[in-house]
Amino acid sequence: MTFVATIRVLPKSEVRDPQGEAIRGALRSLGLAVSDVRTGKEIVVTFEAADEMAARESVRLMGTELLANPVIEDYAYELEQLDARAGKASFEPAPVDDVVYGERKRTSQG
Amino acid sequence: MRVAILRYPGTWSERDFQHALSLVPGVESDILWHEDADLAGFDAAVVPGGFTYGDYVRAGAIAKISPATRELRRFADAGKLVLGSCNGFQILCEAGLLPGALVRNRGLEFRCDWVHLRVESDRTPWTTGLGGAILRMPIAHGEGCWVADDETLADVESRGQVVFRYTDERGGATAAANPNGSLANIAGVCNEGRNVVGLMPHPERCSEALLGGTDGYRVLANLAPALAGTAPALYR
Repeated sequence: MTFVATIRVLPKSEVRDPQGEAIRGALRSLGLAVSDVRTGKEIVVTFEAADEMAARESVRLMGTELLANPVIEDYAYELEQLDARAGKASFEPAPVDDVVYGERKRTSQG
Repeated sequence: MRVAILRYPGTWSERDFQHALSLVPGVESDILWHEDADLAGFDAAVVPGGFTYGDYVRAGAIAKISPATRELRRFADAGKLVLGSCNGFQILCEAGLLPGALVRNRGLEFRCDWVHLRVESDRTPWTTGLGGAILRMPIAHGEGCWVADDETLADVESRGQVVFRYTDERGGATAAANPNGSLANIAGVCNEGRNVVGLMPHPERCSEALLGGTDGYRVLANLAPALAGTAPALYR
């Protein structure tokens, strides 16, 4: 089965994010009441796995071994299964659950 | 004393290290390509600076899963000497061989400059006899801000794992002397076993007078313990 994982990596709240601070300053200069900006990255991975459980295990390996450094970053992901019958362009929605990494739980942003 | 210098895609300081090590009596070095790095028969390994894998994901993150880094972990676990400089320091932190992590400089700018460092611990193979010394070394990095959680920082300080700290020329660890926002002005740390040391500055770029400084030689010369105390190498 083919899965698509959308993995979001953000700096931990206690880690300073100088890029976010620079963006905050720039947004404030537009006259907006911006109190905080955090920057991260989103990584979209298409991969094969036997089933959903194996797919989630693969995503955890991606997250902990490479995509996020647990010293400074948290990650969360959404997983979709590509439905071969419906054609490549269509995704079959799969249950979305976010990884709890460290002590914080993130809620899905959709 | 045989020293392996690891070269990953994007490593740029391996030849500088080889040249600097050639100035140390009794030291032979080989540059090893990361895919077939076999550290058997070597006494020490150096992970030089550069921009391995273009700093993609995070500086040092992709090098962490290279075969050379797995080999390096076995080598370090066996108690052999490891030194990482700049991107090499980032790789060692990413690999979990050293505590903490290196993030974007606080001011966001790439810093290419000379800095002063105080040697905070002479209890590593690389800093023997240098306790309290103020060294002057070049830096060149955009992601050299060392960070760790409070517990890790407290452990690193209490166990004497801080090896180098950014200071002014008189040894004062001031905010102005901190080039990148590193916690507690930390420029270099060691592991609990004290055989693995990493630092952001470049000792290989200040190992002979022609380059404007010889303090890097004082670190690298520790690889020739029988000859420690020899004068810094002059240009030859």
